[in-house]
Amino acid sequence: MRLKDDEKTMLDGAEGPAVQKAMEMLVRYGEALGAETFVDTTNVGGYMIADMAAKRRFGSLDAVFSEWCLDSDTVVEFPKVKVPSCQFETSMDPDHYLLIGRTQEDRDLYLENIRYLGKMGIQVLCTCAPYLVGNVPVKGEHCVWMESSAVVYINGVLGARTNCEGRESATCAMLTGKIPYWGYHVPENRLGSYLIEVDEDVKTMMDWGLLGYYAGKVVQNKVPVISIKNPKANRDMLKHFGAAAASSGGVEMFHIPGLTAEANSTEEAFGNRLPREALQYGIKERKYAYDMLNSIGQNTNVDFIMLGCPHYSMDQLWSLCSLVQGKRFKDGIAFWIFVPQALKDVAERNGFRKIIEDTGAVLMRDTCPALGRFIPKGATVMATDSAKQAHYLPNLTGIEAWFGSTEDCVNAALTGRWEGSLR
Amino acid sequence: MRRIVLKGRKVVGGCAEGEALVTQETISGWGGIDPMTGVVVDLRHELAGKCIAGKVLVYRGAKGSSGWSAFFHEARLNGVAPLAMVFNETTTKIALGAVVTRVPAITDLDQDPTRIIETGDWVKVDGDAGMVEVTKK
Repeated sequence: MRLKDDEKTMLDGAEGPAVQKAMEMLVRYGEALGAETFVDTTNVGGYMIADMAAKRRFGSLDAVFSEWCLDSDTVVEFPKVKVPSCQFETSMDPDHYLLIGRTQEDRDLYLENIRYLGKMGIQVLCTCAPYLVGNVPVKGEHCVWMESSAVVYINGVLGARTNCEGRESATCAMLTGKIPYWGYHVPENRLGSYLIEVDEDVKTMMDWGLLGYYAGKVVQNKVPVISIKNPKANRDMLKHFGAAAASSGGVEMFHIPGLTAEANSTEEAFGNRLPREALQYGIKERKYAYDMLNSIGQNTNVDFIMLGCPHYSMDQLWSLCSLVQGKRFKDGIAFWIFVPQALKDVAERNGFRKIIEDTGAVLMRDTCPALGRFIPKGATVMATDSAKQAHYLPNLTGIEAWFGSTEDCVNAALTGRWEGSLR
Repeated sequence: MRRIVLKGRKVVGGCAEGEALVTQETISGWGGIDPMTGVVVDLRHELAGKCIAGKVLVYRGAKGSSGWSAFFHEARLNGVAPLAMVFNETTTKIALGAVVTRVPAITDLDQDPTRIIETGDWVKVDGDAGMVEVTKK
């Protein structure tokens, strides 16, 4: 790789051993990619959360993260981050650690870990959707983000530039402000490759999730261009679309001309090249996506409802309030909604939390069942309005899953039975 | 015994040889392998139940969560990483994963390695030379 002066300085150790280790790792990574240069980043999102086993094995948080996040054989002390950085969603909610099967000791380590990140200057947003709580990259901004649903959102919707990074590259970027100039940092790689022409109305949250799930299934990790007449979607619908496409296929970038940041027309989305293939999305494809997502469910007696994947926004919490106000969920049903702590605080202030929790539901922060690998004790059948969670959680925990609208999920919580259908 | 040589691009340097474990599918890290044992746990995968430890892993590429590198990194720490990697599709996940697994790795080969190499073949991977030597079983 060709290194600039500031990069050489870091590699030579002038900024201390942690920055040196980070730069060494990034050079190895850049060479592995076949990249020739680095690009400066101004926005990094990573994952630095240790569990009890790691703490015992390595001895200190510095030791855990030297290995896990710098790939360093020696233990270095972590300095403050060089560029604005945040922590994505984590493996636990410290307020409800007992509900998710963790101990007081686990919680204490978690709180120590959060203080450690705070001292490094890492913003402890602890959410898979930092763009819901103030971290909204601008068009063209070179970012270094993990978390597939967030990557596809900021690339596709906002026109920021990031690859789907890992734990080591994210932390190394935090300490150096550098990342290989490769993949979606390069403009021509952001152009469309598949055209999906939609001749269905795509209106609801569920519609957008189904379209995303289908798109990911057919384009895998390529760039779909979704052509819809007069497309209309709010932030949360695009959040659901991207998360679904990233789950079924690994989509990291997409265009919806007229709606997303980088293309006003289909031609612009393809950069005047021809699509590799043109596909249609209609009633049949919508049903295919729905059936795939519901292929795991057998038993209609539901005992767990999961909302908030990606984390719910204030708008979604408010919609939920209007569905559940004054109602009481059936005994024995766990109804968990996942949000960033910042929004839990606003929900408290707004009175939304009381409306929601008076039903028997629990508002949880910082985490999600897939990342923390937990489900309510004894739960066997889940219902969710998230295509992503319906895709992953059965694989990770063995639970059965039903996918549908938020209304379907609320109804299941009231009756204990799944009666969702494709409408 | 028939010998075949493939040429490609170095991802990670170094030299290693051993028995091949081959799949034309992509592999997940998070939810795909058990980093304690090296066993493929993705039940929908054609290698489900097979162990990657000590093998030359020949595969299409990486898929799934951004936790990919962390899982292969952990497999190395537990002594159950593959000996070397040979793959077709370069992504950030697989490049970073190969780096932190610290094993010789090669991609962009002149022929599709997942079709030339079969599970059980003896494979020598010379990362620095970008060369893969296959001895058919």
